[in-house]
Amino acid sequence: MEFFIQLLVNGLSIGFLYGLAAMGFVMIFKSSSVLNFAHGELMALGAFIFLAMITWAGLPVYLAFPLALAGCFVLGFVVERLFLRPLIGEPLIYVIMLTVGLASIFKGIMLFIWGGNLYTFPDFLPAGLAIHWKSINIPPVYVVSIAIGLTFLILFGLFFKYSSQGIYMRSVADNQPAALSLGVHVRKVFALSWAIAALVAGMSGIVLGIINGINVHDLSSLGLKVFPVVILGGLDSIGGAVIGGIIIGLLETFTGGYLSTSLRDVVPYMALVFILMVKPYGLFGLVEIERV
Amino acid sequence: MRKLRFHPCGNFNERYEQELTIFETDFGRAFLAVGLIILFAVVPYASGPYLLYVINMVAITAIAAIGLNILTGFTGQLSLGHGAFIGVGAYAAAILSTKVGIPFILAVPFAGLITAMVGVLFGLPSGRLKGLYLTIATLAGQFIIEYLLVHWEGLTEGTMGIVLPGISIFGVALDSDRSFFYIAYTCLIVMILFAVNLMRTSYGRAFIAIRDNDRAAEGMGIPIFPYKLLSFGISSFYAGIAGALWAYYMISITTEPFNLGLSVEYIAMIIIGGLGSISGAIYGALFITGLNEGLRWLTDILMGVDMFSKAGFSMAPLRELAFGSAIVLFILLEPRGLAEVWRIIRSNFRLWPFSY
Repeated sequence: MEFFIQLLVNGLSIGFLYGLAAMGFVMIFKSSSVLNFAHGELMALGAFIFLAMITWAGLPVYLAFPLALAGCFVLGFVVERLFLRPLIGEPLIYVIMLTVGLASIFKGIMLFIWGGNLYTFPDFLPAGLAIHWKSINIPPVYVVSIAIGLTFLILFGLFFKYSSQGIYMRSVADNQPAALSLGVHVRKVFALSWAIAALVAGMSGIVLGIINGINVHDLSSLGLKVFPVVILGGLDSIGGAVIGGIIIGLLETFTGGYLSTSLRDVVPYMALVFILMVKPYGLFGLVEIERV
Repeated sequence: MRKLRFHPCGNFNERYEQELTIFETDFGRAFLAVGLIILFAVVPYASGPYLLYVINMVAITAIAAIGLNILTGFTGQLSLGHGAFIGVGAYAAAILSTKVGIPFILAVPFAGLITAMVGVLFGLPSGRLKGLYLTIATLAGQFIIEYLLVHWEGLTEGTMGIVLPGISIFGVALDSDRSFFYIAYTCLIVMILFAVNLMRTSYGRAFIAIRDNDRAAEGMGIPIFPYKLLSFGISSFYAGIAGALWAYYMISITTEPFNLGLSVEYIAMIIIGGLGSISGAIYGALFITGLNEGLRWLTDILMGVDMFSKAGFSMAPLRELAFGSAIVLFILLEPRGLAEVWRIIRSNFRLWPFSY
């Protein structure tokens, strides 16, 4: 029983991180229906920018965090302007491959500057945030990450539901020509959505970095694990991303605990194939009805 | 004797057969013949061992790239699992030749068939999925196959790898680089012939129809699902042949090379070479293999320089950077790839001095 509860807590916390990582991914998909293979690298970039600000520039955390997020925001703008904008209206495969190429470029740059080593942030969270309850220990980083994640989740939920910019984004994702003809500034929407997505990616990268330390290879493979998560939750549902993340996280830890540790890393993808065969649009995804 | 055919100064085709001809002029045929003679008679003797190794790798890569182009370029199904299929081919050949004891000449086509079956299996999701979702399903396929190759130890020996016997055909040992050159290029030419002619048949046209508009294709009486599966099967067959040749050429294989990076490399090849073009796949294979070897050479030089070797310089970041930039630049500047560049150059010569 003790083991079960420990696995449950581990699974929930890992799953929440997956959900956090998946949120930025869903943002891009929701507003521009681009499948972003560079997501893991964007997360790593955010974390490294934060690291550089803390260690090299010596800024205090409360200043470095918003500055790093602002840096990611600008980076998203630049990426969209330079690489994605020329591809508006091009076939899907080019857009997907472009993000794959971008992933390689980012990875190369990060490997040049920081190498493949593991970096850790200095410990700056107060220990008083930790939660102790019977045999369960939740360290402060998890508490903070859950708080940050929930805040962003609610903010984005409101943003997409009520703000006009959020509704423009949804309209562009739904049908580009129709949105254009109704006077939505599609290019502006794209630029903004990439900027916001890079910001969210950077945020989740920083949180993940606080918990596990940052390493280019780990974060980029995490960027791929986002796929089972978002497919389970539904590609265009932010809340679904978090729930999908938690389910995948639980699945992983329980497989690792009870079946075999080597199966752990591949079980999300098996689940992915299963979901795709049974319920391709996920738990909360918008079902496109099309008969072929 | 019939008259030689030259390029007409316009499009005067009256029948569909004329559109479908492989050689527009007799010069093309002659150039191809000369090229083949040079390839088979001069190249293996004129090049040193290292160059010959690179040339052999180009042939293997080109076979797999043509396979991926049939699936992605012609049928429009983006697959991120091609690297794993090559691995399946390599392991099928290795297991067939060591555990079953099948000779080389049978092991290679059987490896192709086994991979084709695996490919059809992983193509099954295409019955319900298309576009993005299918791409993600093939990504999952890549990880699952990779896992099976490493952990199904009873069959694949896991991370230990398998050592293959040398190539011999009817008792004649053919294990030098030069004899492998003849085997690889014979395979490549057969595979090219098959692919080029496949695209001229109703099957090939059905693939292209599915790529261009699947709903319209279905409306015109093409059963989409069987054709998609067929395309997956053919593409994996190519991957399997390439993998089997690779396994025999490398002699000992491990699971390591057949990762997602390899799949991405192959997609990069067909984009750089040109989607939906057989010759494009070959240009792409040449380009990427050349790039790989060029980078290795450059790294060796940089490692010799004191400043770089002290800084712990390695090939990985340079390779990532070069690959990413190549993909991004081709997509942004010439999305139809090297095949299109070559076509523009040719038509410039043909239309000179009135080219634009």
